[in-house]
Amino acid sequence: MSDSSQAPSLYSAREPIFPRRVSGKFRTLKWGIMAVTLGIYYLLPWIRWDRGPELPDQAVLLDLAGRRFYFFWIEIWPHEFYFVAGLLVMAGLGLFLFTSALGRVWCGYACPQTVWTDLFILVERWIEGDRNARLRLHRQKKWDLRKVRLRITKWISWLLIGLATGGAWVFYFADAPTLLQGLMTGTAHPAAYITLAILTFTTFFFGGIAREQICIYACPWPRIQAAMMDEDTLTVGYRDWRGEPRGKHRKAAEAETHGDCIDCMACVNVCPMGIDIREGQQMECITCALCIDACDDIMDKIGKPRGLIDYMALSDEAGERAGKPPRPVWTHVLRPRTIFYTLLWGGVGLGLVFALFIRADINMTVAPVRNPTYVTLSDGTIRNTYDVRLLNKHGEERLFALSVVGDPALQVALEGEAEATVTVPADSTILQRLYITAPADSVPAQAQNSALRIWVQDTRSGERAYRDTTFNGRGN
Amino acid sequence: MSDPTMNDRATPARSQLQEGDPNTTGHEWDGIQEFDNPLPRWWLWMFYACIVWAVAYSIAYPAWPLVSQATSGVIGWSSRAKVAAEIAAVETANAPVNAQLEQLELAAIPDHPDLAGYAVSSGAAVFRTWCAQCHGSGAAGAKGYPNLLDDDWLWGGSMEEIHTTVSYGIRNEESDDARYSEMPAFGRDDLLEKAEVAQVVNYVMSLSGAPQDAGQVAAGAAVFADNCAACHGEDASGDIYQGAPNLKDAIWLYGGDYDSLYETVWNARYGVMPNWNTRLSEAEIRAVSAYVHQLGGGE
Repeated sequence: MSDSSQAPSLYSAREPIFPRRVSGKFRTLKWGIMAVTLGIYYLLPWIRWDRGPELPDQAVLLDLAGRRFYFFWIEIWPHEFYFVAGLLVMAGLGLFLFTSALGRVWCGYACPQTVWTDLFILVERWIEGDRNARLRLHRQKKWDLRKVRLRITKWISWLLIGLATGGAWVFYFADAPTLLQGLMTGTAHPAAYITLAILTFTTFFFGGIAREQICIYACPWPRIQAAMMDEDTLTVGYRDWRGEPRGKHRKAAEAETHGDCIDCMACVNVCPMGIDIREGQQMECITCALCIDACDDIMDKIGKPRGLIDYMALSDEAGERAGKPPRPVWTHVLRPRTIFYTLLWGGVGLGLVFALFIRADINMTVAPVRNPTYVTLSDGTIRNTYDVRLLNKHGEERLFALSVVGDPALQVALEGEAEATVTVPADSTILQRLYITAPADSVPAQAQNSALRIWVQDTRSGERAYRDTTFNGRGN
Repeated sequence: MSDPTMNDRATPARSQLQEGDPNTTGHEWDGIQEFDNPLPRWWLWMFYACIVWAVAYSIAYPAWPLVSQATSGVIGWSSRAKVAAEIAAVETANAPVNAQLEQLELAAIPDHPDLAGYAVSSGAAVFRTWCAQCHGSGAAGAKGYPNLLDDDWLWGGSMEEIHTTVSYGIRNEESDDARYSEMPAFGRDDLLEKAEVAQVVNYVMSLSGAPQDAGQVAAGAAVFADNCAACHGEDASGDIYQGAPNLKDAIWLYGGDYDSLYETVWNARYGVMPNWNTRLSEAEIRAVSAYVHQLGGGE
């Protein structure tokens, strides 16, 4: 700063990045993960799942209007949103686990930003050619017919991918075949078109234009995850003690004095983040490991051992400098921290599975009417009123019987029903007014209040549930 | 431990003014000075655009307060008109179901679940708007205002009777069809002696088992037969056609203690209720009747 007479510029233009094609085991793994994740994303809404005539037959459906979440055989009601919260907690803890064990594997392999950027770069390569061809096209000032054609083809391809991405998203919120038909014929809900337009644009912009800048400037996760990493976390690193001093091996003698790095720039050219891994770990690195693939390829060609750039832990560095071999990977991965995260993750998961199995598909809430607390009938009987919400999660209507356990004097009656039974339609709730009466001279009628338990029972299956509440008497 | 994901890119803190920096405003607080940077051009344009917008807005919409009201704005928007339009839209939407409600036999309404649900919900809104002032938001009534939750009805608790009561009211001057009955003020108008009033009060209290002076009950029975039985019935069970309350049950509109009953017999009571047929639509009256009918006492 002291040698500059000019205030530093607050802004600098982005350096365009043209990642070169690379092949290797990590690239193959990344292709596989891309195929699986995108495949799930695009195809999941089209899987059908028969739930009976009155319920949707889409395997995964977020029915916002009906306030239901369907996931294959599981149906989540709004009051069971803790399942979704639990899944989010598991996702968070899973992220912690993977980050502490394997560094930024989420960023490098599974993050949608990475996956779609990868896809966009692939399309770009198909249309405009590999790194050098794209560099030439970028540097070519004149927009001749070829450049215009290539650019327009690329942008249209990206837009189509964006359209498919946004399209797949809206299918999770409505019956996919019906909505597709509606979208095609222009009769779908405006919200579908708006969502589609927004996601088309954001996919195009994030995957095609913004790319690594999202990771570097926009995403909070890279800053947070440093808290989960330590000396045993596996990250992509460069064995400078093996590679340096770098230089071309022009003569045999130079191979003696130089390290293994021949400064071929393969690792830099393939990097989608535009960094040089040989400068050490840096914030931009998403540990996609493409530089490992690139360098291994070069090492094979010059007859040196692989692993000049490699996944390794910081704690190995000192030992390796002293000539010791690196510790096995599992000794890095298995450590108290990762075991703790695994236990937490598994605990939440087991809890959710347990909750899923014990949850009843008959349920009831009881709200005593307090305005007034009790009513005196003409014969002196004391009556309490309860607003009872009955919930039937079955795909068919059910007859529920209501009964009370408490003082033997207490009697149950339902508004509008001759018997203490009521029919609840399939997959819905009803609000039923329930009366409990106590004769004038009975204990509950004279007491301040008495505890009681209201039971609801499915008359066919015998399945039942209860709620505890109180009866207010004249002493109230 | 060194942080493996971050390398240090922070710019060194700038401690003093450098050559080439913009001028300062001349303000200084504890050694902190303020650059006199020009506003960004885009910000300035936003500022002007806001001024233009504000002027246009105050012309288009109600804005400037005058003596009696504000300027109305050239596009004629008003919040009252907006509410009126929204109410009209809801009424238009409800018109078919209201028409259905008006045509149906009153007693048949509970047999049509959808219609009954609509009637009870809209009736609840009508009740809270027009009825809750006297009968209470929970319909439990108060002294002099009947409890609508119990099974005791002065004028009948069937859907038809409730509908008639709501439509024409009780003892009002507005409606010729209002339900009407009047209990004489036995004490005030010298129809009964004080002793006789005390006797009949004791007798009435004995009917529902309340503690009473046994010696006066027999005399009170005679007073009751001569003066009260014509309306309340010989067995004191009341008459819903005259709005004469049942005196044997546990429910007392004006209180069942000695003093309250003495007051009732001496001065009489004169409860009134407005007729609602001139203020509410037939559909609203039917809806509120259906609502009251299902509160727990409907017959």
